[in-house]
Amino acid sequence: MDDIINISSQLGRGLGITITILIASALFAYLMGFIAGLSRLSKNVFLRKFTGLYIEIFRGTSLIVQLFWLYYAIPMLFGIDLGSNWVIGVIAIGLNYGAYLSEVVRGSIISVAPGQYEAATALNMSSTQRMRLIIFPQAVRMMLPEFGNYTIQMLKGTALVSLIGLNDILYYGDILRSSNLSQAPLIYIVVLGFYFLLALPLIFATRKAEEISKKGVAS
Amino acid sequence: MNYWSWERFSDALPYVLSGLGTTVMVTLSSFLFALLFGLVWTFLRRIPNRGFNWTITWIMEFIRSTPPLVQLFFIYYAWPVIPVVGMTLSPFASAVIGLGVHFSTYIGEIYRSGIESVGQGQWEAAKALNFSLIDKWRRIILPQAFPPTVPMLGNYFIIMFKEVPLASTIGVTGILHMANSFGSQHFNLIEALTIVGIIFLALSYPSAYLIKKLELKLNNRY
Repeated sequence: MDDIINISSQLGRGLGITITILIASALFAYLMGFIAGLSRLSKNVFLRKFTGLYIEIFRGTSLIVQLFWLYYAIPMLFGIDLGSNWVIGVIAIGLNYGAYLSEVVRGSIISVAPGQYEAATALNMSSTQRMRLIIFPQAVRMMLPEFGNYTIQMLKGTALVSLIGLNDILYYGDILRSSNLSQAPLIYIVVLGFYFLLALPLIFATRKAEEISKKGVAS
Repeated sequence: MNYWSWERFSDALPYVLSGLGTTVMVTLSSFLFALLFGLVWTFLRRIPNRGFNWTITWIMEFIRSTPPLVQLFFIYYAWPVIPVVGMTLSPFASAVIGLGVHFSTYIGEIYRSGIESVGQGQWEAAKALNFSLIDKWRRIILPQAFPPTVPMLGNYFIIMFKEVPLASTIGVTGILHMANSFGSQHFNLIEALTIVGIIFLALSYPSAYLIKKLELKLNNRY
């Protein structure tokens, strides 16, 4: 028991990085998801194709490859040093899951019943009003569970930032393991426990979201 | 500051490609492992005992919502020092077990959704026609439960393929590992990493297309 407390207090030092990376990259990914998802439905061919390219590239390759690639490419291509790997971690996770979320956004919007579009048009709404007042509120309810699922995926993805030198939970776990190999099983179980505790609220939120999205609008 | 070099790119290409066989082997083996282990979860969850079912559900939830990277480290670094059951595993075996178990929890859910998609009337009909347990599953339930799961399983195959580079962290010599080792020899990783990205795109894009085709074909069956 003492060991667990000892390990936990060491791992706790990485909690801040894991949580801030998760929150920042989740917000970034939601934003990218909406921007890219709506762009995919745009009338502008160039915008549609360009967004399609972004989505295919980020969904077609691994997060770990993207993370390493951005880690080396950003300073090289743009000649700038972002100053911290934290930003690179957030950008990589955000762009990756933004691409996945954009498909959720697009899918939900096109699955709103055609009658809703027709009704909005019949009521003489502009296309912006139609999207904002009629389509979007219905589509968002359908998106919620998938947003929850992908947020859990993002939490799992944050463990990768230890590979670019950020001091997250896993980083401190690895440090502990390298100094005391015989404790490795306990250390990694506590590490997994930390991630699970962080995931629990997301799991419950996702279940709640599933209930909300299943419930009829009229009720 | 380092710059892009096509010369280094062409040097890196055969080097990185030499890891492709390993990456594909890990993908196939861990997918097979996940397909088989997924059956175990599905079977365990069908045991009609509330407490047991709850326990299995949460074990699956635990495996599913914690990072596969940590699970790989657990199997590779921690498993050998566990008393009695512990044994040293090769990086390849660790990767197959780690990724296989992680994704088996998803695959198990897919099987379950397939089984649950079979209409209640089918179960009742099997009972009414006095089918034995084996015949019920073999002739009524599975032929209907399986086709809808194929595209989902295919998607997970692609997802697993993209998770395989995680295994480079425990020394599996797949494409990402080769790219890293090329990069550290030539003091520049960007060309080698770009090649890894291109290989992933080149392989996952056509497979996604094939799965879509397969899905259409299966949907047209009835």
